[in-house]
Amino acid sequence: MAEDVWILGIHMTQFGKHPDKDAVDLASEAARRALSDAGVKMKDMGILAAGNLMNASAGIGQQLQKQIGQTGIPVYNVANACATGATALRTAVMAVKAGECDFGLAVGVEKLAGAGLLGAGGGSRSQGTHYEPSGRYGAIANTDGRVGTATMPGTFAQIGMEYGHKYGGTSFELFARISEKNHAHSTLNPLATYTKKMSLEEIMSDVMIAYPNTRPMCSANCDGAAAAVVVGDSKLKTLSLEQRRRAVKIGASVLTSDPWEEACQILPNVNTLTRNAAQQAYEMAGVGPEDLDLVELHDCFATAELVHYDNLMLCEEGGAVDFFDSGAPWRDGRIPVNVSGGLESKGHPIAATGIANVWEICHHLRGEAGDRQIEGAKVGLAHVIGLGSACGVHILEKSAA
Amino acid sequence: MPKQVPLVDYLLLGDDPHLEAWECENCAARFFDRRNACASCEGETFQRIRVANEGIVRAFTIVSLAAPGIPVPFVAAVIDCDGTSVRANVVNIEPTPDQVSTGMKVRLTTFPIGTDDDGVEGIGFGFEPVG
Repeated sequence: MAEDVWILGIHMTQFGKHPDKDAVDLASEAARRALSDAGVKMKDMGILAAGNLMNASAGIGQQLQKQIGQTGIPVYNVANACATGATALRTAVMAVKAGECDFGLAVGVEKLAGAGLLGAGGGSRSQGTHYEPSGRYGAIANTDGRVGTATMPGTFAQIGMEYGHKYGGTSFELFARISEKNHAHSTLNPLATYTKKMSLEEIMSDVMIAYPNTRPMCSANCDGAAAAVVVGDSKLKTLSLEQRRRAVKIGASVLTSDPWEEACQILPNVNTLTRNAAQQAYEMAGVGPEDLDLVELHDCFATAELVHYDNLMLCEEGGAVDFFDSGAPWRDGRIPVNVSGGLESKGHPIAATGIANVWEICHHLRGEAGDRQIEGAKVGLAHVIGLGSACGVHILEKSAA
Repeated sequence: MPKQVPLVDYLLLGDDPHLEAWECENCAARFFDRRNACASCEGETFQRIRVANEGIVRAFTIVSLAAPGIPVPFVAAVIDCDGTSVRANVVNIEPTPDQVSTGMKVRLTTFPIGTDDDGVEGIGFGFEPVG
């Protein structure tokens, strides 16, 4: 059995607009702060895994090294849609677990403030030439908007509507109330992009993007970075009591992709791969959903949060609406979900998200979350979905040291 | 009558417009795109198979923000055509939440989407309410 791996240091930058900082600045800030949080240096790292999705061919890992320390270690530049950060973290975890090194550094960064609609394809094709079938569907024009939609808001809207069709109980207002919760939660998170409470009426009367998701029910495009230093169990034992006390155990680190099912190439199925990841993670960590003190899940849209209550088995199958209506996912509820404000309010700098979610959980497990501390938190789960698809689930446990 | 071409190659025009999928000869999984192999069973041989023209709306959204040149709002949906899921717009309907619902019955319809410089007419498809 490979040894346990721990988060030794972790950092998330302010999310929001950083017009004076580029991706390398933000990644440097996150990485250096994570290193100092861990009490180690770049020279201690045996692997660097880094992601910057919107600029994935630029080699953010090496760009980062050139600013904060070129030590000659292997760099893995990773890209896995919105699961890029979780993939970077998992890559570092795997290297430590494999015994290749004692310490690993994972970094995710994105410059996304002001970005508009994502997923609409390559803009308009030149008009008024001649129709020439191209691509895997032999299309003569852009299909998005003509043959349904693959835009992010439209896709996740349908995913929520499909859940309602299957189990009933959903409505525009229900989805808006999920968003109301996350915007309310963000008022306690100074690092969130938006920290303003929004009323149900404000949310429902805001600009409609893709029914039933209005603008505040969509993830906030923003700039941000997050980084984590991981360490193996045997090395951790040699470190100081303070380092051991603040270390957070990675009880499970899981990455899945979507297994083939009917319709999965028509409307992405974000359910099965999340359920598979959750099942594997619970088994690996030896915990169940009832043991979780808090959950950060991928609420890229309000409609997505609902289905993931079910997929992460926070409720019984088909019971997500009742779960929400019971008040369970509010910060004073049975299983607080997205106390950070979630992607809708904290923001979603894509490649940073999968590490920022882990940072939020660690913050609570270490008892360092200030005003939004979930008292006595011992176990938490962080989840991300990247369309295509990839799902990352990490279960984190408070140190006994 | 100008020459017509379909928006996508799985739309068959003529007197009886319909959609065709690639069906895996081993496991019957269906796909609309050009295949290298079957994603379900790794099978290598496929046959063309007609997809039912009628179906029900299993999921939909009303899109208000789209790529430039796409008229909004429009209804994007997943249609369950007798067990084969199809991505398409729901057309010939008011794009409002009180007019569209999951479970509603729809059928395939085709319409011109434009004409190119050679006078060739592009034909798109959507699903319209039945009855």
